[in-house]
Amino acid sequence: MENRKKTIILLSAILVVLLSMPFAADALDMRKDSLAGGLTVIHVERHELPIVSATLLIKASPLQEDKDRAGTAHMTAKMLLEGTAKRKATDISHQMDFIGGSLETSVNDDFTTVSLSVLKKDIETGFDILSDILLHPSFSDGELIRRKTLLTGYLKKMEEAPSYIAGREFQKRVFGDFSYGRQVTGDVESISGISRFDLVKFHETWYRPDNSILVVVGDLGRDELAGLIRKYLASWKATGKKPASKVSAQFASSKNIKPRKEIIDMDVSQANIMMGHSGIARSNPDYYSVQIMNYVLGGGGFASRLMKIIRGEKGLTYSIYSSFYANRHPGRFEIGVQTKNEAAGIVIKETIEQIRRIRTEGVTDEELRDAKDFLVGSFPRRIETGQKVAGFLTAMEFYELGDDYIEKYRDYILKVTKEDVLKAAGKYLNEEDMIIVVVGNKKKLKL
Amino acid sequence: MFIFLLILAPLSASAAVEEFKLDNGLRILFIEDHRIPIANFQIWYRVGSIDEPAGKSGISHFLEHMMFKGTPRFGSKTFSLLVQKKGGIDNAFTTRNYTMYYQKIPSDAIKLSIALEADRMKNLMLQPADVEAERGVIMEERRMRYEDDPQRLLYEKVAAAAMRPHPYYRPVIGWMEEIASISRDDLAGYYGAYYSPDNAFVILSGDVKPAEIMPLIKKEFGAIPPAGARIRRPETTQPLKEGARTVRLDSEAARLQSVVMVFNAPSFPHRDHFALDILSSILSGGKSTRLYRSLVYEKKIAINADAYYEGLNRDPFLFALSATVAPGKDIREVEKALTDEIRLIASKPPTTEELRKAINQAEAGFIFARDSSYSEALYTGMFEMAGGWRLKDKYLEGIRNVTAEQVSAAARRYLTEENRTTGYLIPKKAGK
Repeated sequence: MENRKKTIILLSAILVVLLSMPFAADALDMRKDSLAGGLTVIHVERHELPIVSATLLIKASPLQEDKDRAGTAHMTAKMLLEGTAKRKATDISHQMDFIGGSLETSVNDDFTTVSLSVLKKDIETGFDILSDILLHPSFSDGELIRRKTLLTGYLKKMEEAPSYIAGREFQKRVFGDFSYGRQVTGDVESISGISRFDLVKFHETWYRPDNSILVVVGDLGRDELAGLIRKYLASWKATGKKPASKVSAQFASSKNIKPRKEIIDMDVSQANIMMGHSGIARSNPDYYSVQIMNYVLGGGGFASRLMKIIRGEKGLTYSIYSSFYANRHPGRFEIGVQTKNEAAGIVIKETIEQIRRIRTEGVTDEELRDAKDFLVGSFPRRIETGQKVAGFLTAMEFYELGDDYIEKYRDYILKVTKEDVLKAAGKYLNEEDMIIVVVGNKKKLKL
Repeated sequence: MFIFLLILAPLSASAAVEEFKLDNGLRILFIEDHRIPIANFQIWYRVGSIDEPAGKSGISHFLEHMMFKGTPRFGSKTFSLLVQKKGGIDNAFTTRNYTMYYQKIPSDAIKLSIALEADRMKNLMLQPADVEAERGVIMEERRMRYEDDPQRLLYEKVAAAAMRPHPYYRPVIGWMEEIASISRDDLAGYYGAYYSPDNAFVILSGDVKPAEIMPLIKKEFGAIPPAGARIRRPETTQPLKEGARTVRLDSEAARLQSVVMVFNAPSFPHRDHFALDILSSILSGGKSTRLYRSLVYEKKIAINADAYYEGLNRDPFLFALSATVAPGKDIREVEKALTDEIRLIASKPPTTEELRKAINQAEAGFIFARDSSYSEALYTGMFEMAGGWRLKDKYLEGIRNVTAEQVSAAARRYLTEENRTTGYLIPKKAGK
């Protein structure tokens, strides 16, 4: 008893006094604390509306899974909402629905998030449930079977979508056995092998305060938040040493994957085309040069070359984009486009020509300036709503962009030169070694 | 600062709106929110697929695409580029009842939005080569969104069967053959008839100050003449169906069966609108509500089950239920489960707790929407389109006053066998 009391007192003291390091950012007045259990907490007060958004990021993703249990990270996150020691699945959904709030979990290539949005008056309910699903999920066998059946049905339905199939096959080819080559859901076979034990173990290993980041944004004062954390998260403790963040398979270069081109027959009116190769990590020092280059190539919507030529001039598609998925490890560079089957060959050829052009010629002064103006000018929109702020700050912390990232962002963009862009294009684009996946009607396809 | 705001705006679902009107009929609504230096410019035209002449379905949407193709003053295909250069983004969408164009832009660049929108209200180029290229783009859009998506294709067919002969039976994007037949002259005529200040309103939200912006609006929009008389479709009163009908789509692409049932239903501000809105929420306002709970969670016969009711239409439209059949389950069983749920709520009023949940969700939804100045403007515009932005508060009041018995009565009145059109999606490849 005595000891327990001491711990609580100590915790509060640490919370309030020790590690608080407030600092001012241009756009956000945020405060970052590191709690005794190792949880990083970032708090942004916004009192104009009576709402609170919280995002908890857990550094757990398919990166930490075994390949033959692919989907474990995703299933663990989804099962958080399907029952705890004291709440049934239906209690959780009923309580959240009743207050008109939302509580969702999601997993991407690098991490898991649990996101809560509630009205201020319901914050106690919100934190109570958030803490309950995080600390005491039951992962019951009955709910697991239900969830697996549902997910299997969903994956079957996704087979209807040519864009899904093209994307899935493309990722597989770019990354081989590396986890970025898989869908985070896993596939029907790997899901069937996931047991309750796998979930319990994954949760126990990775859902630790010293492996997590909590961002809370909204109508909540500093003391109120400290009180909520004390009440609902103080018992969240890490046991033992934090495991080294293992990576399930060594990142494999896509260079050796054959064949480079894959055509999948489906009775559709449009060919869905995915093309590209491996790209860059978020920590790559060339990240901003690549962003600017990609904006001009196909990331800039109507301002991009691919949209201007393939949609605007030729009328061959509704949408074409290019993107670098800059993750913890080098992610994919992809171009996605749909066009009538008969035009697939022309679109691929023209797209490759545009990659060649930007790789060898770089961008013009005007394009460079326009891209910078957009990337700088659009920044505030990325942190408009409470939910957006919470998502942005968790990622900022996860990718270690620095607490002064928001202030420095403008300079990161502005200092990129035309030469930097040309160099980045030369280094990270290779139109002669593209992986191309086409899902289309073989009888009508012209390639 | 914060304390004052708290006192002034306690849990209000709507932000303050300030309104102005130009002599040419253009109305301007301001919703100030200075938290971040972003402004939203939205212009709403009272024209949608409901207004289209027979044989020209999709012309409203086609014209929306053409609106990005330029004017002599700003040049060809430069609108989006100019907006993006300022760090903004722009887009537009067309619905059955209206067409809306918007920019989200740093507030110091709002002048550009005003100049662009005023210019393209009057001086659109509509060059023949651009019309042809854009026709190709729209056909690709239709292939992507409908032809290759079996569930949406089914819904398109079911809605058509239920609504015919009302113009709502046509899809907003248009039928492929009719998209092919729309000429440059058709577009020019349609543009001339519907794009004018007296057939539009503007909403400015976010970091905007009326005193600074109104002079710019007057300068750019003030000289555009009103179009005056235009033929407007008379409003239709509620046509309930007098016999069930069914649509079956056998699809090569589909992997799972699904069922969708639609019922003809009135639109806001019809008095039954509120009860129907609550009804849809009680049936499918989250995983704890009836359809998910019964079909997906308990019976495990569907992988999703939903109810939709879009009540903000100019004329009566539809109340819809849909479900995707779980692999290996029987579509008839799913259909029966849906009709059982209808029968249940028609015969027995929902519980007080269910009713309260639905009302809480509507109220919270309004407050969450205020966190984005774009959404706030969007909500306001939808109500302005439906008769006036002040109806937004009336709407919440209406929702709060719905009784459990009214919800049951709405189900009895509208979700009937005779008023129902049902669609079945059947995969051609037998599922494993």
